[in-house]
Amino acid sequence: MGRITLDKVTKAFGEVEVIPPLDLTIEDGEFVVFVGPSGCGKSTLLRLIAGLEDVTGGQIRIDGKDATAVPPAKRGLAMVFQSYALYPHMSVRKNIAFPLRMAGLDKAEQDRRVKNAADVLNLTDYLDRRPGQLSGGQRQRVAIGRAIVREPAAFLFDEPLSNLDAALRVGMRLEISELHERLKTTMIYVTHDQVEAMTMADKIVVLRAGHIEQVGSPLELYREPRNLFVAGFIGSPRMNLIDGEEARKRDAATIGVRPEHITPSPDTGTWKGRVGVAEHLGSDTFFHVHIDGRSEPVTVRAGGEVAMHHGDTIYLTPDEERIHRFDGKGLRIA
Amino acid sequence: MARAVTTRRKIVTTVVAWAVGLLIFFPIYWTILTSFKTEAQAVANPPLFFGFDFTLENYAIVQERSDYMRYLWNSVIIAGGSTILGILIAVPAAWSMAFVPSKRTKDILLWMLSTKMLPAVGVLYPISLLFVQFDLLDTRGGLIVVLMLINLPIIVWMLYTYFREIPGEILEAARMDGAGLRAEILYVLTPMAIPGIASTILLNVILAWNEAFWTLNLTAVNAAPLTAFIASYSSPEGLFYAKLSAASTMAIAPILVMGWFSQKQLVRGLTFGAVK
Amino acid sequence: MATQHSRSAARLMMAPAVILLLGWMLVPLLMTLYFSFKQYLPMRGDSFERGLEWVGFENYVRFIGSSSFWPSVQATLLIVGGVLVITVILGILLAILLDQPIWGQGIVRILVIAPFFVMPTVSALVWKNMMMDPVNGMLSYVWRFFGATPVSWLSDASVESIILIVSWQWLPFATLILLTAIQSLDSEQLEAAEMDGAPVLSRFFYIVLPHLGRAITIVILIQTIFLLSIFAEIFVTTGGSFGTRTLTYLIFQRVVDSQNIGLGSAGGVYAIILANIVAIFLMRIVGKNLDR
Repeated sequence: MGRITLDKVTKAFGEVEVIPPLDLTIEDGEFVVFVGPSGCGKSTLLRLIAGLEDVTGGQIRIDGKDATAVPPAKRGLAMVFQSYALYPHMSVRKNIAFPLRMAGLDKAEQDRRVKNAADVLNLTDYLDRRPGQLSGGQRQRVAIGRAIVREPAAFLFDEPLSNLDAALRVGMRLEISELHERLKTTMIYVTHDQVEAMTMADKIVVLRAGHIEQVGSPLELYREPRNLFVAGFIGSPRMNLIDGEEARKRDAATIGVRPEHITPSPDTGTWKGRVGVAEHLGSDTFFHVHIDGRSEPVTVRAGGEVAMHHGDTIYLTPDEERIHRFDGKGLRIA
Repeated sequence: MARAVTTRRKIVTTVVAWAVGLLIFFPIYWTILTSFKTEAQAVANPPLFFGFDFTLENYAIVQERSDYMRYLWNSVIIAGGSTILGILIAVPAAWSMAFVPSKRTKDILLWMLSTKMLPAVGVLYPISLLFVQFDLLDTRGGLIVVLMLINLPIIVWMLYTYFREIPGEILEAARMDGAGLRAEILYVLTPMAIPGIASTILLNVILAWNEAFWTLNLTAVNAAPLTAFIASYSSPEGLFYAKLSAASTMAIAPILVMGWFSQKQLVRGLTFGAVK
Repeated sequence: MATQHSRSAARLMMAPAVILLLGWMLVPLLMTLYFSFKQYLPMRGDSFERGLEWVGFENYVRFIGSSSFWPSVQATLLIVGGVLVITVILGILLAILLDQPIWGQGIVRILVIAPFFVMPTVSALVWKNMMMDPVNGMLSYVWRFFGATPVSWLSDASVESIILIVSWQWLPFATLILLTAIQSLDSEQLEAAEMDGAPVLSRFFYIVLPHLGRAITIVILIQTIFLLSIFAEIFVTTGGSFGTRTLTYLIFQRVVDSQNIGLGSAGGVYAIILANIVAIFLMRIVGKNLDR
């Protein structure tokens, strides 16, 4: 079981309030991702749940029980740190067994659980090595192993992939998702990378300056961002935000069109512009198009092998159905 | 610098460095050498570097005259005891300062160091008075406490610097893994800080071993360590160079040997943990 | 990373060290302060039981008015300052030398740090008899070898001799700290400066020396702490005569030799004040440097 409820939780460091009153419920078995730019309070929020920081006000409940004043060791949660935080003086086996040793389990049970975890995480051959002798990906797996043997109520991940190189990151992303499928345990995952958020989450919590901007499934956030901030943050490449005449024509202060919802054409369309930088990725091509009278270029996704180059004239047609409209306060107009 | 050094330059620097090293080491070398000479050869003119009659009789005489082993044993107990006691008190304090820093942490640390600046002589009489009062004069226990107190700031400071190199996330991980404070310090922090703790212990054994104000002023016979043993040789009586050398060698040998065997930790310790 | 829980644990765990040091500082300090306002000459029959006579600031006036006071302050400053200058300058040169590629670096390093292991009483005795003795000392042989008249070091150049002995003891420490600091200097910085056409000397003054700033402060701080209270070196060699009576030694003589506790205590208070003035200066510098 791992239902976590935050009730009017606040956090202040001295005079500075980093988390204004915040309510959030994480259901049992959910994979929740906290995402936001650096300094948005997502890590602080995770540490509040872990008990590594005190809340300034409000209540944290785990499975209905008030855990606000419970020390981290007794909350029944497991955490995977950004730096892995493995114990360098212990072998992999001892690292994974440490929480079991602390819980006072007998030796046979410890060995059994360590063996299981090692099997699941492909660590069996490395059990007698020290963390210093492992690669980044292996260390990450040891950290996860240490977390799963406790059979915690929930897993907390604090930007666990940010120290890995790009290729490994994709692999570990899949592994963590698979782990969730298998264990069905609540997972709370903090990242600044919206791709990780979109690919892994059941539910995304977008944070800015300690505020929750929007909570929803990845597709909800993609389809109906509640405000300009979420619109700009979710989706890659980011949504084009256009104000002025074009927005007014559509009764909005700002309109947003995703690059994949614009059709480019060499000879006809709604907007006329010039191709600036063209990024050829093979499967896709992204054009940065300079439209007359606008300083910001518009990003457009085209097919993989479109024969248009720097300086060419281009016509763009947005999909009117999929234009997002925002009012003067940046809120979505339904 | 990743650059080929010319052999000639290396020869020159080697010669200079060895010359300087031997010059600095010379008084110790000369003392050890003289301790194996007869008294007559010890003051021979010109000085004898080799070709003297190798003898151990000076060591025998010194042991017989002043019971070296008793002083040695006192030194071991006092230096070891004060260091262990100091470590036991300093580890929790250094943990607090390194991992739960507050606005006052730095002030407390500097204040601790500043107690080290209190001139010992300024409080000599009160301390002797307290020693008399509590029957501590000329006891090893009393000296252990005093030497622990004068070195405590250094121990705390060194441990603090070493602990600060340990990432806090690892201790937080231990906490998440269900470790209480005791387990956190015992199973995670201490093993990780072993090299630093070893350096701290080594340096403090040396400082306590060589401490020569309180050990001279608060002991007489029973608890007198090697500093007092050697001070009794300060008034010359007849031909005594070889015996003085033997006594000196015996006083410094344990520390020299210990230093050679633990050079790496010691070098780290000698920098008081202040420079990496 | 602090919760209320860990903060209170921290306070609890710091308590023994803080309380012990506070007691170690305050109790004797208050007693010294108390005695300094009393006439207390145990040899003449003064004792606690009969009550001590309150003499106000008389001891203070007498201590500072004595003809030995100012010379002792001067001797203290001279010795501490002299040792600091010598160890820092030679320490930098030695550190640079040991940083060069040489054969047998490990052994040379042991040779250089060896004096630090030698207890002060031994090093004082060894220097006094084996090295500086005007008849049988090694230095006198060297002087005679070159046809010069041997010097009676400890009486004719007493302060210099003490400085030499103490510098010999502390040079290893300065060298090691500075060597460690030099080794941490990013060699790319020096290479960049070399590319910019800076000659050796300006590379030293503009890059190496500023980099050593923190290490030099630490050398000065730690050595000053220990040097202000050097005792055995003087006790064993000159016994405070020939201008080597430091403030520490003067007070020692008042308390132990002439058994004038009141006067000695007043001297102790002066020494504490002097140490604190030095401490405040040093702590300012170190406090800044501790932050990095």
